[in-house]
Amino acid sequence: MTLIEINPITRLEGHGNIKIFKDGNGKVEAAYLQIPELRAFERFCMDRQCELMPQLTSRICGVCPVPHHLASIKALDRVFDAPPTARAVAMRKLMHFGYMIEDHLLHFYFLGGPDLLLGPDCPPEKRNIVGIIEQYGKDVATEIMKHRRFGQDIIRMLGGKAIHPAFGIPGGVSNSLTEDQLDGVEEMARSCVEFAQFSLSLYKEKIMGDEFFSRAVVSDEYSLDCYNMGLVNKKNGPDYYDGDIRITDADGKEVVRFHPSEYLDHIGEAVERFSYMKFPFYKGIGWKGLVESKDNGIYRVGPLGRYNASNGYSTPLAQKEGKELERAFGRPCNMTLAYHWVRLTEVLNVSEELLDLVRNRKLMLDGGLRTPVGKITGHGVGCIEAARGTLIHDYEVDGNGLMKDVNLIVPTTHNAAAISLSIAKAAQREIDNGIEETDRMNRVEVALRAYDPCFGCATH
Amino acid sequence: MSKGKIAFYWAGSCGGCEVSVVDLDETLFDVLEHFDIVFWPCAMDIKYSNVEDMGDGEIDVCFFNGCIRNEENQEIAELLRKKSKIMIAFGSCSHLGGIPGLGNLSTREEILEQVYKKSKSVSNEKGIYPSSSVDEHGNEIEVPALRKYVSALDDVVDVDYYIPGCPPPTDVIKTAVLALISGNVPPRTEVLAPNRTVCHECKKEKRDIAVKEIKRIYQLDDIDPKRCLLEQGLVCMGPATREGCGAACPTANMPCTGCMGPPSADPLSENCEQGARMISAIASITDVVDEKNSEEDEIKAALDEIRDPVGIMYMYSMPKSILKRRRKE
Repeated sequence: MTLIEINPITRLEGHGNIKIFKDGNGKVEAAYLQIPELRAFERFCMDRQCELMPQLTSRICGVCPVPHHLASIKALDRVFDAPPTARAVAMRKLMHFGYMIEDHLLHFYFLGGPDLLLGPDCPPEKRNIVGIIEQYGKDVATEIMKHRRFGQDIIRMLGGKAIHPAFGIPGGVSNSLTEDQLDGVEEMARSCVEFAQFSLSLYKEKIMGDEFFSRAVVSDEYSLDCYNMGLVNKKNGPDYYDGDIRITDADGKEVVRFHPSEYLDHIGEAVERFSYMKFPFYKGIGWKGLVESKDNGIYRVGPLGRYNASNGYSTPLAQKEGKELERAFGRPCNMTLAYHWVRLTEVLNVSEELLDLVRNRKLMLDGGLRTPVGKITGHGVGCIEAARGTLIHDYEVDGNGLMKDVNLIVPTTHNAAAISLSIAKAAQREIDNGIEETDRMNRVEVALRAYDPCFGCATH
Repeated sequence: MSKGKIAFYWAGSCGGCEVSVVDLDETLFDVLEHFDIVFWPCAMDIKYSNVEDMGDGEIDVCFFNGCIRNEENQEIAELLRKKSKIMIAFGSCSHLGGIPGLGNLSTREEILEQVYKKSKSVSNEKGIYPSSSVDEHGNEIEVPALRKYVSALDDVVDVDYYIPGCPPPTDVIKTAVLALISGNVPPRTEVLAPNRTVCHECKKEKRDIAVKEIKRIYQLDDIDPKRCLLEQGLVCMGPATREGCGAACPTANMPCTGCMGPPSADPLSENCEQGARMISAIASITDVVDEKNSEEDEIKAALDEIRDPVGIMYMYSMPKSILKRRRKE
């Protein structure tokens, strides 16, 4: 028995390692993704003053503080029976869309993307943003940084800080934008639409042309037949801020659709000894361990989960790209590496939505920012689509406004089982084919990075 | 001249400190002209074994963020200390324990029980916790244990400098990094940030008026964006918190929550006593002086809405406060 260890897994958020055990014949016997960390927000947020939750929980993740902040404030809207004003919702969406653009671009150019843009077997010391700057030149690098910064700037304008903004108040928000600032955001959004198109063309050129990727993307080992989940609007289109949770099966058929406040009827979380990450599953099917089967309630969230659990994009350019994606990969698409293409299509979709939103000056400038709070109802669930998938915050609050219970199901946690299976399958393919030099083990990490995992988030 | 070597690492953290480095944008190009990054798990494919292979002191500067929550955090802190000439505690978690430091208000058993047994959506019939074990093929799988409590970085290794904030503000990082590049390093163990309070850089108007009672933010019908938030009755940690962020949260009309930690000029802050400073700030602004009535009742009523003083005043600094952690049930 031999142990191959990848420690730590890199170019992603948070800690983790992969342990691959080979049997006497050199075949993979078992492969585990272990998340060694736990900070325990579900415990230490108890007894805190509830209005601080948006700020406390944003520290679950410095890469995706905005969706935590917003899911948290959405839960508090319900705790205080204070539906936010239309303008407050618009301000929150402004921040959320800015965040989505920034986070997806961070993944494509800094985290998972270098595998695609430089090739999976590019030497490890070059396989990163510095390598991208070297290969693509300072002009492209400046554009990458500029558009990431646009997202961060929008968050900062509203929340004072780009990382861990302060903004949400039960029933509304603390801040809005001036007409000048809105003009600035409109310009940024227009530029982001163009940059999303540039990134998509870069993706197509690089991936379709790369020998490893063009074969891997359609291979069984880099695919996973499982359920899919995402928030949808009334027409079953993807909704990044609100809506119902929809679960579909590996053939794209709707299995269940429910309001986020009913999540406990449909989602459970299993515990395994080898990792601090819990393993959510669809209760309608149940948990059968780390096995790929339609009788196992494993599901995926994030760009590919949303694509499979919904139909069509809301905006014209994204619609057109979506059609091309469908022609290439079909819908549903169970190919793990397709996450990247869907992610970039979402950058385009969100940039277009941001542009539409900021152009609606009446909504941006008129009306109140807060609904006065009502009596404390004691309970609230807040749900939002983060870049990495569906995020649920569930709070119990006492009459003094102190937290009495906190349950959090975070995007990468939803993906825990799917990621583990994807790693095991990729390890099998690469190792059974006789590849195990350290550098080429990166191909196993390629399967995991497609999800854009965030393991600090996942264990929280 | 040969380039220096720098490393970035995260222990018990959220990744916000890494993003704050990425947010340096073009300044990052300047850094890369002077330094090679030899370890940065968030952005580069260099593994622990590569760091173990480095010589002692081979890394010129290590920027270490995150608190020490589990055994692995401590092991890597010790490894990086050995390999680095200068060790910098970067961000409030490594500086003061940070928000995960609030974990010190619970015992390790309470934490595990809540997360893996009591939490609403958990289905854990076997009643197990993450722990080292053997799988069905007989493979041994080790799992790093949680420490009994959270520590700041300098509780486990020697620290040369501190860069505060959650995350550290861009300008604070730039100034510190430029000082390092120029070789113009300040005396050891200094906090590399200005040393007055957030109030000094806050543009909101202070009228020096007294407050009748402290309120929760949702209890205020209106927040006047021009006026001091403390004078509007909110617990704004500005008077007890080091400047350097440009009063970022008050600028968004939200109270400061104290992420930069206390300034260090005051002897009181030897123990990082952010809470003591804040209590005196609240005492000096609350108007409860009425000789005839019972003062005690009045003070109690005025401060009634500070329901979780410990969580508010030590949100980022519990492990370095005089309280440090819960001792007994």
